[in-house]
Amino acid sequence: MTDLISMTIAEARNGLANKSFTSLELTDAHLAAIEAARALNAFVLETPDKARAMARAIDAKIAKGEGGPLAGIPLGIKDLFATKDVRTTACSKILGNFVPPYESTVTSQLWRDGAVMLGKLNNDEFAMGSSNETSCFGPVVNPWRREGSNTSLVPGGSSGGSASAVAALLCMGATATDTGGSIRQPAAFTATVGVKPTYGRCSRWGIVAFASSLDQAGPIARTVRDAAILMRSMAGHDPKDTTSVDRAVPDYEAAIGKSVKGMKIGIPKEYRLDGMPAEVEKLWTEGAAWLKAAGAELVEISLPHTKYALPAYYIVAPAEASSNLARYDGVRYGLRVPGRSIGEMYENTRAEGFGDEVRRRVMIGTYVLSAGYYDAYYLRAQKVRTLIKKDFEDCFAKGVNAILTPATPSAAFGVGEKGGADPVEMYLNDIFTVTVNMAGLPGIAVPAGKDAQGLPLGLQLIGRPFDEETLFSLGEVVEQAAGRFTPARWW
Amino acid sequence: MSVDAATVRRIAHLARIAVAEAEVPHLQGELNAMLAFVEQLSEVNVDGVEPMTSVTPMEMKKRPDVINDGEITDDVVRNAPDTVNHFFLVPKVVE
Repeated sequence: MTDLISMTIAEARNGLANKSFTSLELTDAHLAAIEAARALNAFVLETPDKARAMARAIDAKIAKGEGGPLAGIPLGIKDLFATKDVRTTACSKILGNFVPPYESTVTSQLWRDGAVMLGKLNNDEFAMGSSNETSCFGPVVNPWRREGSNTSLVPGGSSGGSASAVAALLCMGATATDTGGSIRQPAAFTATVGVKPTYGRCSRWGIVAFASSLDQAGPIARTVRDAAILMRSMAGHDPKDTTSVDRAVPDYEAAIGKSVKGMKIGIPKEYRLDGMPAEVEKLWTEGAAWLKAAGAELVEISLPHTKYALPAYYIVAPAEASSNLARYDGVRYGLRVPGRSIGEMYENTRAEGFGDEVRRRVMIGTYVLSAGYYDAYYLRAQKVRTLIKKDFEDCFAKGVNAILTPATPSAAFGVGEKGGADPVEMYLNDIFTVTVNMAGLPGIAVPAGKDAQGLPLGLQLIGRPFDEETLFSLGEVVEQAAGRFTPARWW
Repeated sequence: MSVDAATVRRIAHLARIAVAEAEVPHLQGELNAMLAFVEQLSEVNVDGVEPMTSVTPMEMKKRPDVINDGEITDDVVRNAPDTVNHFFLVPKVVE
């Protein structure tokens, strides 16, 4: 039954519909795979009993012909999503054994459509990181290794558990979140497909908040089609999130295989960085050639404020984080470390509960919002953000349908290799993805090739607001041309 | 701009995070590395540019002012580290 885990969601959907196997069999196969892959540290909580109960319930529905678009499909859930009666920690010590009495909107929609939950997936603490090394549960290991090497590599972050689990065939798809690249960068590092939808497309209700004007939930899957299938269930208006958009959810899967003939694809010259590895540059050119061969027109474009996106992000995101994380005070939930006064209790709790990266960001955010510095830092960064968004708007106004860029400046790196001395070294990972969050646009990362050491590399497509469909059509062209990539099993 | 040790202690207090004296130099270095990185924003001409307040242009939604929740006190306090009779317990605030 091992091939039950290597199927795509689309294939499993057919198999379940024509009764080749049951959801319980599919779920059991994945639970066994998870158990055998604990070395990857992708799951922080396995929920086999719940998974089997959900699978049995959906099997009964399928038998009656009731199903739903995701009927019987086993998924992993990033530990940033609140799951009712199932421990949710954001991989931070400060949430401790928090057990939500409610379910996030996005996950509730997955269960509404018949999906099965296998467990909770590891991530960087509060989604702050690009390597999944800041998790209080320890780093996630990438199922990919350099050819001829046993060195453990990071899966990227912050959705590192999601990417690693999907790539290693532990779940058929996973939820993830993206604030500066946290879906697309790990997808690129693991040869999976990751979609960061337009801001407002998916409800943020019930997702542990990091930077509310940038956070957006999206899927990680093994194919572009699977990502489209998951997106349809995850997206949609939610009155409980005032930034969620009241707009019909299209059938994203219908965009797969649609012609891209005549589409105008922008190649932004500012993304050609000094010192960019030749392999990344080559892949980018190759990707452009694939789209051209499919009938798209390629045009060079300029996004002049690109280089300021990452510095502006490192003001806006920490500022919002410092405000959002003020709620962790040791009073209503999570960790409490005693003190002689209430103030000391707050300070001790937050010192003990937050890891180094989170503490650093909360402190920088506090500083840039503090009296006397607000205008110089925060207000200026918000103005720069307006300029970054305008760069994109100008290109779209000239008829550009989507923009093609590399997903990351390099392939996956080793555990402990980056950011030890200077936190900025780690931040540079998100240089190609962060602009998309700053402008609220949709983006997709699609596996496109390998580097000289045999590690996967991805391409990113950036779309117009709420035009995820075009990204799925173009992503499919890249996938068809590049093929799919699966890591050799060593765990 | 860069921060000195006294500013690091002040920020830590504003953020309500206890920082041991021995950690201050290290934190100061990290914060200054971040501040040096964001310094390049000062070269951008932002004259007359509106700060972004909403990522996607949208009107603020308003919900009807009605009771739509409640009677869930057990749920509200169930994750609290210390409670008594549905109250959160904290160290004494008023002498």
